[in-house]
Amino acid sequence: MDLQIALLLGQDGLTNGAIYALLALALVLVFAVTRVIFIPQGEFVAFGALTLASLQTGKLPGTVWLLLALGVLIGVLEGSRALRAGQLRRLPLIVLLNVGVPLLLAGTLIAVSPATLPLPVQVLLALMLVVPLGPMIYRLAYQPVAEASVLVLLIVSVAVHVALTGLGLLFFGAEGSRTPPFTEVSFAIGDALLQGQTVLVIVASLALIIALYLFFERTIYGKALRATAMNRTGARLMGISGTLAGMLSFTLAALIGVLSGILISPITTIYYDSGFLIGLKGFVGAIIGGLASYPVAAAGAALVGLLESYSSFWASAFKEVIVFTLIIPVLLWRSLKTTHVEEQ
Amino acid sequence: MPTVRSTTLLALFIAALLVAPLLLPEFYITLLDYIGLYAIVALGLVVLTGVGGLTSFGQAAFVGLGAYSSAYLTTVHGVSPWLTLPAGLLITAAVAISLGLVTLRLSGHFLPLGTIAWGISLYYLFGNLTGLGGYTGLTGIPPLSFFDLEVRTGREFFYLIWAVLLLALLATRNLLDSREGRAIRALRGGSLMAEAMGVHTARSKIVIFTLAALYASTSGWLYAHLQRFVNPTPFSLTQGIEYLFMAVIGGVAHVWGAIVGAGLISILKQWLQDWLPKLLGQSGNFEIIVFGVLMIFVLQRARDGVWPIIARYFPQPPKRAQVREAPPLVRRERPAAGAVLLEVKDACKRFGGLVANDRMTFQVRAGEVMALIGPNGAGKSTMFNGISGVDPLTSGSVIFRGERVESLPARDIARRGMSRTFQHVRLLPGMSVLENVAIGAHLRGRKGFVAAACRTDRDEEDRLLYEAARQIERCGLSEQMHEPAGSLPLGKQRIVEIARALAADPCLLLLDEPAAGLRYLEKQALGDLLRRLRDEGIGILLVEHDMDFVMGLADRVVVMEFGQKLAAGLPEDIQRNPAVVEAYLGGVE
Repeated sequence: MDLQIALLLGQDGLTNGAIYALLALALVLVFAVTRVIFIPQGEFVAFGALTLASLQTGKLPGTVWLLLALGVLIGVLEGSRALRAGQLRRLPLIVLLNVGVPLLLAGTLIAVSPATLPLPVQVLLALMLVVPLGPMIYRLAYQPVAEASVLVLLIVSVAVHVALTGLGLLFFGAEGSRTPPFTEVSFAIGDALLQGQTVLVIVASLALIIALYLFFERTIYGKALRATAMNRTGARLMGISGTLAGMLSFTLAALIGVLSGILISPITTIYYDSGFLIGLKGFVGAIIGGLASYPVAAAGAALVGLLESYSSFWASAFKEVIVFTLIIPVLLWRSLKTTHVEEQ
Repeated sequence: MPTVRSTTLLALFIAALLVAPLLLPEFYITLLDYIGLYAIVALGLVVLTGVGGLTSFGQAAFVGLGAYSSAYLTTVHGVSPWLTLPAGLLITAAVAISLGLVTLRLSGHFLPLGTIAWGISLYYLFGNLTGLGGYTGLTGIPPLSFFDLEVRTGREFFYLIWAVLLLALLATRNLLDSREGRAIRALRGGSLMAEAMGVHTARSKIVIFTLAALYASTSGWLYAHLQRFVNPTPFSLTQGIEYLFMAVIGGVAHVWGAIVGAGLISILKQWLQDWLPKLLGQSGNFEIIVFGVLMIFVLQRARDGVWPIIARYFPQPPKRAQVREAPPLVRRERPAAGAVLLEVKDACKRFGGLVANDRMTFQVRAGEVMALIGPNGAGKSTMFNGISGVDPLTSGSVIFRGERVESLPARDIARRGMSRTFQHVRLLPGMSVLENVAIGAHLRGRKGFVAAACRTDRDEEDRLLYEAARQIERCGLSEQMHEPAGSLPLGKQRIVEIARALAADPCLLLLDEPAAGLRYLEKQALGDLLRRLRDEGIGILLVEHDMDFVMGLADRVVVMEFGQKLAAGLPEDIQRNPAVVEAYLGGVE
């Protein structure tokens, strides 16, 4: 391996590592607030990338139908609950929010041809289509069992992941997609070529991390989430709704997932099931942080990216074997560190 | 509704299995073959997840180990399939034990994450090792043969698969209804109680993990010789997840749930694979969408799965462990009354900056009741945990019957004759009082897993249960013996804990607030019981807040405040001690 290849691999590793770091942050956030180990995080990456790709090729992305279906389901659930409670006045708002908005979005997509729109508008449309799925899935799958054990929540997560993967195949087919790069710029550093897209991914990831930091430090909703993460019961006694905190953290996680997907889709071909492995690698990073510390999780994720990129050079067939075997010593170390006597 | 006995139902089921291949068309036989293969794996998950409380998404990888071991050895080295079965089991056991040693130490949710990780690793390993044929796999695996008779068709395989499944099912059922079975069931209640009763929980976990892996491996061996070729796809994480779904949907706490779950998922899958592509106009494994949604629904609405719902239609007379009169268990040698049993010297326990126990020193003698009292938060329960090895001391020593034990694990201290109860009751609420108490006698039996599975442990089991029943009677709970422990009022549950501790035949009994939640007459009965135990020569260390109870019972009292020993002496002296009065009532300004 010469220096040029080393640099190239390093660049590759850092780009992926930046994405894994974002996902790791989202996973830590969701776990801290809701105790859900958010396996379906990866599906948001794939759905984001593939929805954008569909929009760009002028196809109506299947996620529209999912958004509509989930909206109708929640509408029926919330509507019947409002009816039983005799709160008829809430009905119009429930219908409007859960069914009206998705319908409007679907109508817009059919009316205009999204392929001709400028890239930022396409990205915005993709976000509007996929991000709401996060809180909707929370409402439908997790909220009814919000008080269950971490293990039950984990099995729910795996079930959601499985269902979403199937839906991904249904919506986007088995072929992968790659979106055109956001920028064609590249910089020469010595012999190596630094791709503009790479810089963009890293800068965007950093920007997002800073934005998240500001959100948690400076806004009341951010503080509410932190309070819930620290002490669920205490936060509830202070008037912070657990459901709201859950929905909010899932919205953020979905947003991070979709943005990650949009950022990497010009670099790697994304298939309907690519998200799972990408998400799991974010997971390895998150677990290094013990599902608790944001900076350590981000550093761990960057490490995973580098490890993956260098092992793909030396033993490409065993790339996944190496990355996922790494998790075992890490898990062991974590669980030894967190050993404590069960509460009396 | 007429009650049909379970043995009749089992006979009917076996009869149905015997005639099925003669009546059903090929298609259904193949389906039933696969249901049988899946159910063997799901059965392992029932033990691991449903009973032991350990979740694994990686069982498919173990199926793969069994299948690939046999495929490789028979095709490349021409080994007989009858030798590759034990070879595959050995390889699987080796892998499971080494994975188990690493991942089973993982606490809580880290374990299932670990199984996902190595599930993926093993799948990619199967696909990338050239010796195993890569992603195309290995073909030309020989059929099984009994002498000259070859088992080739699905119809012939049917009997083999279902015989193996039924054997595994009966062995599992036997195992769960035994000494080791109770230890496995105790894992769900947290390892703390199990360890204090002498169960080596880490070992129990490894054993059930390996057992589940061996079931999976056997299923893989059958699969390889039924299919006659293997590739990595059926051993992927997706399939591993599906196995867990089968177990959970069928009813993860019930052995029959494995068959129901495997059947439901397989039939549903077959049906969905026929219909969904037609309905959706494209091909692909869309059934997973339905499985995922179904799974979410089951977890939200019927977390116990389908089996309990089916079982409701065949009501059985309440199942009771039979208590038969049996020769008593060997008792340990008793120290003479008055001999020093326990000596605590300079015991300190720190939690970060908080000093919960500060240089505590005291003794307990055989045949005396020694009470440890003090205001809330004085560090009494911490002291108990330090003595019993549940949460070891930071420094200082604990000498029990002349031996230093402060650095021994709780189960080894229990083995030396110390037994305890917990301040917050730690019983297994779904198990009967009898079975809960029998856990206490764990260390007094020695029959292991194999003996339990083959039912050669019945003599010892009778003695253990008889001993448990005797202790229950002694504590006055005979009427509740067969009721689920969780259905008793809290005060009675504390008494069950005492019976459980007594079943261990202790020299020293640590009782953490035994009288809390008892009514006046019950307290009197408890006091009488403790006095009788004292007269038999047992040493009792007691933490209690009810001063009337303590002062009427204790021979000596040690008072703790802020982790330190405030006073020690006879009950009447303690009651007059000004420092003690101040600690309890506040000083007079």
